[in-house]
Amino acid sequence: MSAEIQVRVNGKSYESQIEPRLLLVHYLRDVLGLTGTHIGCETSLCGACTVLLDGKTVKSCTVLAVQASGSEITTIEGLSAQAPTNGNGLHPVQEAFWEKHGLQCGYCTPGMILASVELLRANPNPSQPEIRHALSGNLCRCTGYQHIVQAVEFAAKKMKSRKR
Amino acid sequence: MIPAPFEYAAPKTLEEALRLVERHGDEAKILAGGHSLLPLMKLRLAQPRYVIDIGRLRGMSYIREENGHIAIGALTTHAEIESSNLLRAKCPLLAETAAAIGDVQVRNRGTLGGNLAHADPAADYPAALLALDVEIVAASTAGARTIPVNEFFLDMLTTALRPGEILSQVRVTPLAAHTGAAYEKLPQPASGFAIVGVAARLRLGKGGKIEDAGVGVTGLGPKAFRAEAVEKALRGKKASDKIFTDAARYAAQGVEPLADLHASADYRREMASVYTRRALKRAFARAQGKA
Amino acid sequence: MPAATRYLGKPLKRKEDPRLIQGLAHYVDDIVLPGLHHAAILRSPYAHAQIRSVDVSKAQSAPGVVLVLTGADLRGSIGAVPCAAQIPDMKAAPRPVLAHDRVRFVGEGVAVVVATDRYAARDAIDLIEVDYEPLTPVVDPEKALEKGSTVLYDGYKDNVAYRWELEGGDLKAAFKKADKVIKQRLVNQRLIPVAMETRGVVAEYKPGERQLTLWSSTQIPHLLRTQIASMLDVPEHSVRVITPEVGGGFGSKLNVYVEEALLGYLAMRLGKPVKWIETRRENMQGTTHGRDQIDDVEVAFKRDGTILGLRIHVIADLGAYYQLLTPLIPTLTGLMASGCYKIPAIRTEIIGVLTNKMSTDAYRGAGRPEATYLVERALDLVAAELKNDPADLRRKNFPKLEDFPYATPTGIIYDSANYPRSLDLALKMSDYKKLRQEQAKARKQGRCVGIGLSTYVEICAMGPSSAMPAGGWESATVRIEPSGMINILTGASPHGQGQETSFAQLGAEILGLEPDDVNVIHGDTSIVPYGIGTFGSRGTAVGGVAAYQSLMKLREKLAALAGFLLGEDPSKLVFADMKIFSKFQPKKSLAFGEVVAAAYSAKTLPPNMEPGLDATSFYEPKNFTFPFGAHVCVVEIDTETGDVRLIKYVAVDDCGNVLNPLLVEGQVHGGIVQAFGQAMLEEAVYDEQGQLITGELMDYAIPRASDMPWMETGRTVTPSPVNPLGVKGVGEAGTIGATPALANAVADALAPFGVRHVDMPFKRERIWKLMQKGSRRAK
Ligand SMILES: Cc1cc2nc3c(=O)[nH]c(=O)nc-3n(C[C@H](O)[C@H](O)[C@H](O)COP(=O)(O)OP(=O)(O)OC[C@H]3O[C@@H](n4cnc5c(N)ncnc54)[C@H](O)[C@@H]3O)c2cc1C
Ligand code: FES
Ligand code: FES
Repeated sequence: MSAEIQVRVNGKSYESQIEPRLLLVHYLRDVLGLTGTHIGCETSLCGACTVLLDGKTVKSCTVLAVQASGSEITTIEGLSAQAPTNGNGLHPVQEAFWEKHGLQCGYCTPGMILASVELLRANPNPSQPEIRHALSGNLCRCTGYQHIVQAVEFAAKKMKSRKR
Repeated sequence: MIPAPFEYAAPKTLEEALRLVERHGDEAKILAGGHSLLPLMKLRLAQPRYVIDIGRLRGMSYIREENGHIAIGALTTHAEIESSNLLRAKCPLLAETAAAIGDVQVRNRGTLGGNLAHADPAADYPAALLALDVEIVAASTAGARTIPVNEFFLDMLTTALRPGEILSQVRVTPLAAHTGAAYEKLPQPASGFAIVGVAARLRLGKGGKIEDAGVGVTGLGPKAFRAEAVEKALRGKKASDKIFTDAARYAAQGVEPLADLHASADYRREMASVYTRRALKRAFARAQGKA
Repeated sequence: MPAATRYLGKPLKRKEDPRLIQGLAHYVDDIVLPGLHHAAILRSPYAHAQIRSVDVSKAQSAPGVVLVLTGADLRGSIGAVPCAAQIPDMKAAPRPVLAHDRVRFVGEGVAVVVATDRYAARDAIDLIEVDYEPLTPVVDPEKALEKGSTVLYDGYKDNVAYRWELEGGDLKAAFKKADKVIKQRLVNQRLIPVAMETRGVVAEYKPGERQLTLWSSTQIPHLLRTQIASMLDVPEHSVRVITPEVGGGFGSKLNVYVEEALLGYLAMRLGKPVKWIETRRENMQGTTHGRDQIDDVEVAFKRDGTILGLRIHVIADLGAYYQLLTPLIPTLTGLMASGCYKIPAIRTEIIGVLTNKMSTDAYRGAGRPEATYLVERALDLVAAELKNDPADLRRKNFPKLEDFPYATPTGIIYDSANYPRSLDLALKMSDYKKLRQEQAKARKQGRCVGIGLSTYVEICAMGPSSAMPAGGWESATVRIEPSGMINILTGASPHGQGQETSFAQLGAEILGLEPDDVNVIHGDTSIVPYGIGTFGSRGTAVGGVAAYQSLMKLREKLAALAGFLLGEDPSKLVFADMKIFSKFQPKKSLAFGEVVAAAYSAKTLPPNMEPGLDATSFYEPKNFTFPFGAHVCVVEIDTETGDVRLIKYVAVDDCGNVLNPLLVEGQVHGGIVQAFGQAMLEEAVYDEQGQLITGELMDYAIPRASDMPWMETGRTVTPSPVNPLGVKGVGEAGTIGATPALANAVADALAPFGVRHVDMPFKRERIWKLMQKGSRRAK
């Protein structure tokens, strides 16, 4: 059995015939070739597969692609189009992760960045405990999180100054 | 982790959904946020032939005041409950409980109705809903019926919902004056589910007398339950640390606690008391307008 | 390292990051080839069973399935998993690629399906029927040693894989002289490495070219190539291993895995590219585990706190089969058992035990965290016994500065150190005195607060070849291309450590260029000269030195050429600002690019100079390096629940010279948090049937951001005399130094409850029970 879906991903529209059981993460990676979204646990715990679905973070390993039909999706590849960049094609949160060494192997990073983007939208000025709490659905085995926390603080500052 | 194949339908109206659910009976699973069902399907512990996605039903996601109570649509997400101004003002316990569920991403997808219908023994809402004594509305092709929450959870993963029914709404009575409530949770370190979660609601009368108490406990046994012995030990008494400690001792009364890798039965029982006392103390502080 | 530097030692942002933060990098699962097929593996649900029969007929005819093979089908076609560690009289325990007669742990592969897509391959797995005859599982390593235990391998009398011992100094005399001896059993639990990216392999075979290309998420591309060629019995030059981006390894990808050989075989057999991506469950069950030692320690000491001797008995649970280094890891514990102390006599006895579990092997620290843990716990036990301050006791037992290089009774030589300096700094940064006062106050209020200390030394820069099963050198080729751009090809295989940046800094510094002019290439056996890989904190301390040597060779050549062109003595030339010029007559100057062009146009070369600019070095370290440090932390325990909260963490690490402090800090943070995981949360739990009940991240907790407080890091710099860069390595420091600090803090917190020691992980219930017992006793 197959189903038809229509989605907008990173500003582009797609129509696909898919099996209803196809997970959103596999749709993005295997059908659309957007491999920046990673799979780390398959049990909705690690957050590596985080994408923005209609502006909200979701774990795309625990969403069926059919559930996303009609929705707008942003993956790490399309993030920079979401905010004023510095002319380098990077979203301020991406810049901040770079600046503060918020990544090592980079595997958790796309999910971490998207989770941080959602946090900063809801709370432009988060405290460290708030950052740690908001990122508790994203696991990183490399960085020990401290540079990630610093990156989010740095991004918050940057986004404020750019808005002015 | 890949689910087994299934046929999929995404009805637009509740009537259509109910017809489908009725038609496919046992072979179908209702899909709401999918954050309990899809993990099971990926493990192939659930292999439904039909999946009926109610996520697209119109008008099932809302939080509004209706005839003196607050009505919450079954498809309302945990995130919506967590951030609802109406709930924060009139029933902050629910917002607080929602905030304790999983993580941001889980709260963005998971729904109130799905959480209740799934009846995971470690889910958070059941404790709060029991403490608040809410009503649950179940729809079917025959019409709607109301189930008091105290009769809703029957056993592990088993509720009073009948085949063909869809949980459509939860009705909450706003907290009365001089009432405080709190949810305290001991999370399982890996999954974040409750090893023990206790929701307490206290209404105070003159001189700090406890006029009414509601205590819901989750995580401890195969199903969430109202800790009636605790409530009884509180009602009519003057609130004090001592009375909370004494009453909290009854938290696990009559329950055979679960045991697993993360907590033995003894530990769960003991923690039920500790967390009950903590919830009571915080509820009390709030009833007095503190904290 | 030069005194004034432009790039070395500076916190440069990483060059590898732009692709990673934009989702443009390629990990194994991101590789797509035309006609790609997918493999899925059926795994044993039993820890120990005889396979009676396997029926694949249904699977074979399932939609999309092109091939199903069982262990029996593969018998004789693929060699067993290699084990590079040889210990005298060690029993053989080779792992077949797929089990054909007997399965020995839950998760062992039994059959493989290849299908045209992932979903079809997964579906077909459910259609294979295996008839097992369950055998008694051997799960507990101590019971495995008992007479009458079921034996894993027919033909052996028992489950002892090997016995190993190491003694240095006069232990008998030490124990005789001692005023006191303390005995303690310390359990270093089994851990699962959990790199966020699981393993994965893509294999492609081009029959015309007879080329098998294997993309694998590995830390050791070259060693893997050699071993795969041997397992598949094909010439090594027809195998190419490419390591794409690797999402973390921590030792778990320092191995040769059955799937790597199997996928190579499938690609060759089918003539189609095939991909296999490990599921997380497979990863938990079937990628190497770490630690799992039971250490019985006896420490002999004098009343004044002088440690005289250590006697250590180790039961090391090796699991069912040997992976690449399985038997070797526990022996590192023996080597490092002296810690950073002058202990005159040490004896370590190890029994390696075979059980029905996944193999243990290297996991961040690999044998050294166990050593540090047991020494540091032993010191705290002595301090508690003598009512000494743990910091004072440590100071008393440090070797003196003039003792360096210091030879331990375990037969190794510590290169350089200043242990008191790092301890002092850690005590100062943490305001240790005040912490103790606050602790006293807190205890009076009934709060349960503990302070933990560890001073550690670790062994890095693995290592001299004499000590390494497969050689311990590293290679680097530097190529200056005609345009003046630099390529550094390193045999190391970084996967998050940041060497694309730090090596570029090195190149820019030495050649007077910008880091952006220097490109670092790694992880492709057809491009990069043979190398050993990245593990054992060797990327910089061995691989970096190889790069340094090649860079210096080319610098010399360029200086000779520029000197010739400028009419200047090459030794007076300076490389800076993209120029090569005379130190004393700066007008005598050529653009870097001009000199490079001259080397390639080869029209005006000095006599006997070859054209081109390409240099390769194979750097063989003379010794290991021995980074060290001191960590201090504070925990508070909730007396009602047993919940341990880390509230302060101070780490002072000395890894010698530092190429990029940002990277060092990142390594330290990551290591500490991984240590926190071991101390507080993590444990691979097998039940009595040998089922791994922590088989998903739903049950195996690794640290989250919200578990950690702010970590303060400090650094002292004691350059290593072992290599010209003076670097030591830092990749594992955190897991080595932090675990004992955390354990000591928890034991310290529980001291008022009469607790002397508690084993990791410090899960709430375990702590709560001890407190219950302790307060009952007090009543
Ligand atoms: C990583 C992770 C962590 C989590 N942590 C927590 C936690 O800490 N606390 C907690 O409480 N929960 C937790 N959850 C569960 C989460 O809250 C789920 O979202 C929730 O339990 C189910 O809601 P859903 O909408 O996703 O339901 P679904 O998964 O769609 O459905 C669940 C079940 O209910 C049935 N169902 C759904 N809606 C209805 C309806 N309206 N009428 C009748 N039947 C229906 C379905 O058929 C299915 O059997 C976690 C989940 C994950 C993945
Ligand atoms: S892969 Fe989706 S949360 Fe881990
Ligand atoms: S950077 Fe490797 S998992 Fe986060």
